[in-house]
Amino acid sequence: MGHTTVEWVYVGVVVAILCYVGADAWNVERILDITNAPAEAEVIKVTGQQWLWTFEHEDGRKEISELHLVKGKPYRFEVTSLDVIHAFNMPDFTTLIDAVPGRINSVWLVPDQSGEYLIQCREYCGFSHYQMRAKLIVEDHEGGPSVANAAAELPSKGAEAIAS
Amino acid sequence: MVLEVKKPRPIWEILFSTHHTDIGLLYVYMSITALIIGGSLAMGIRAELFTPGTGDIIPDSNTFNRIFTVHGTNMLFFWLIPFASGIGNYLIPIMVRYKDMAWPKLNAVAFWMLPVAMALVWLGFADTTWNAYPPYSILKAPGPAAEMWIFGLKIAGISSVLGAINFIVTILKMKHPDLPLMKTSLFVWSTLVTSLMIVVAIPTFAAALIMLYTDRLGISGFFNPAMGGDPIAYQHLFWFTFHPEVYIFLIPAVGMLYELIPKFSRKPIFSYQSGVAAFVLLALVGFASWAHHMYSTGMSFTEKTVFMVGTLAAVPASAMHVFNWIATMWGGRIKFAAPMSWAVGGIVLFFYAGAGGIVNTAMPLDFLTHDSYWVVGHFHLFVAGLVTMAFIGFTYYMFPFITGRMYNERQAMIAFWLFFAGLSIVFLTQHILGLYGQPRRVFDYVPVQPLIIMNQIASVGGWMAGAGAGVFLYSIITAAFKGKPANMNDPFAIGEQYYDYTRREPHH
Repeated sequence: MGHTTVEWVYVGVVVAILCYVGADAWNVERILDITNAPAEAEVIKVTGQQWLWTFEHEDGRKEISELHLVKGKPYRFEVTSLDVIHAFNMPDFTTLIDAVPGRINSVWLVPDQSGEYLIQCREYCGFSHYQMRAKLIVEDHEGGPSVANAAAELPSKGAEAIAS
Repeated sequence: MVLEVKKPRPIWEILFSTHHTDIGLLYVYMSITALIIGGSLAMGIRAELFTPGTGDIIPDSNTFNRIFTVHGTNMLFFWLIPFASGIGNYLIPIMVRYKDMAWPKLNAVAFWMLPVAMALVWLGFADTTWNAYPPYSILKAPGPAAEMWIFGLKIAGISSVLGAINFIVTILKMKHPDLPLMKTSLFVWSTLVTSLMIVVAIPTFAAALIMLYTDRLGISGFFNPAMGGDPIAYQHLFWFTFHPEVYIFLIPAVGMLYELIPKFSRKPIFSYQSGVAAFVLLALVGFASWAHHMYSTGMSFTEKTVFMVGTLAAVPASAMHVFNWIATMWGGRIKFAAPMSWAVGGIVLFFYAGAGGIVNTAMPLDFLTHDSYWVVGHFHLFVAGLVTMAFIGFTYYMFPFITGRMYNERQAMIAFWLFFAGLSIVFLTQHILGLYGQPRRVFDYVPVQPLIIMNQIASVGGWMAGAGAGVFLYSIITAAFKGKPANMNDPFAIGEQYYDYTRREPHH
């Protein structure tokens, strides 16, 4: 009994698989790292609070619970929170970063498909965490449907929860 | 009736006993109670999520949040850890050939702190989640529930440190001089390694709990950004304790499997040394991976890489255990009696859990799975899959030796199939739910089709597992009172020599 060739081979195979997974993960994450964000990326300030999302574009346009992006354009999200920890998540684009009060976390994205997608909070943040959602609208080209009145029109579920 | 209880002894003699078998059984009773009541909370969660929409079963989000918080806290601290301590209390003195634990009175104190802690957690019914991340837990979580949760965990932590010190001293100093450490059972090794990890890991969280409490009082601001504190610091302190804690949950179950598998395979363990080496390796490497729970908090690329490597480094040790079990079973004359079935089912789920863990730690993929239902499925395959199944299998295994009676094999196998199939359905489905983007800890989900059907499949699986746990409870209770007398020399009819589990010093 004791270690035999079979066990050493087995451990070797496991270690080899792990090395491959680790190296590949390292390589992909290196490309996705925030230091590789394109310099011309538009900065969007994302603010989480109980229980809604606010987005501020570079030109000062503000949107609440709705975010308009343009397909193929690079964006850099600077994410923070006003109260507790939230997590800014666009599951369809595998974008996830915590919104931590007192810190600004950054993540970048080039949306490659147009359409309507979900933005949600992915870190437990209290009563209405489950409906702290927003709408992501990726337009085919600049100047799609007007967004000027979006904030006023949109019935935010989070805002409803606060009011009730 | 349980042998230990059957003797004409008044109840208070058992409650105030300092004998290791009495205390061991008290731990086991308390932890199985926690398994059942905590599990029933999970049934409620799955009922609420069966259909989209709010208020189906659970009236509001606040109640829902409290339910999953207490479910998690209760299962980890009042089921997994006390059960391992209970079996350790019962067996360690027998296995190291000493009359009792090193400090019997301290042992009783360590146990009796737990019901107090459990009462605090259940009566408070906090909504902080079991990680209690600030600033939510210090600024928003309603009191006195959050305070009761803090004190409950504080007491549970002290209890497990006292218990761990007792185990370490019993094993290292009270062991019979003729019995070298390398000749003891691997269960003794698993308890020793677990206890050492508890002593190293728990104090960090104990400190964090005090900081959390003073922050809640407003007299400090360690984690309060408005007072210059850093909420992420708490997460480091928390996970420095609780990533090793994952292995603290795991290793006793591994030790129990090393008792079960060779016995029912009618073969010696393939490699004792490799088992010991894997325990020690896991205990050391387990401390190098805590921040893999925190990739999304804004860690730098270098930090993420370090913790990914630390996490991957823990995998070979677990793989060595699995190899050891398979190699032990290979070519053995296996008898799939209930304990062995529960054990092998646990190993199958452990494999899925481990494979999913590698996905989680691969940095880009973590952003897909983090805080989603994937993670819920993943860690439940560990704690409900391997650990709980090994614990229940071991309960069936020890049952005749403790009670002198035999459980009903048919009931035990029904419980096994319900539990094993149920867990596979609920937790593997939850992996897929996570990939569809459903966050964890949600009272409701977007009512779109893949999510609805997946949640319904998961709920049915969850209820099957719950039914399995119910049959398990029924089978041991009825067998304890009415079971047929067991053949104490070979209760499982496998023609093997058993440890002399019943050899112990008289009560004192």
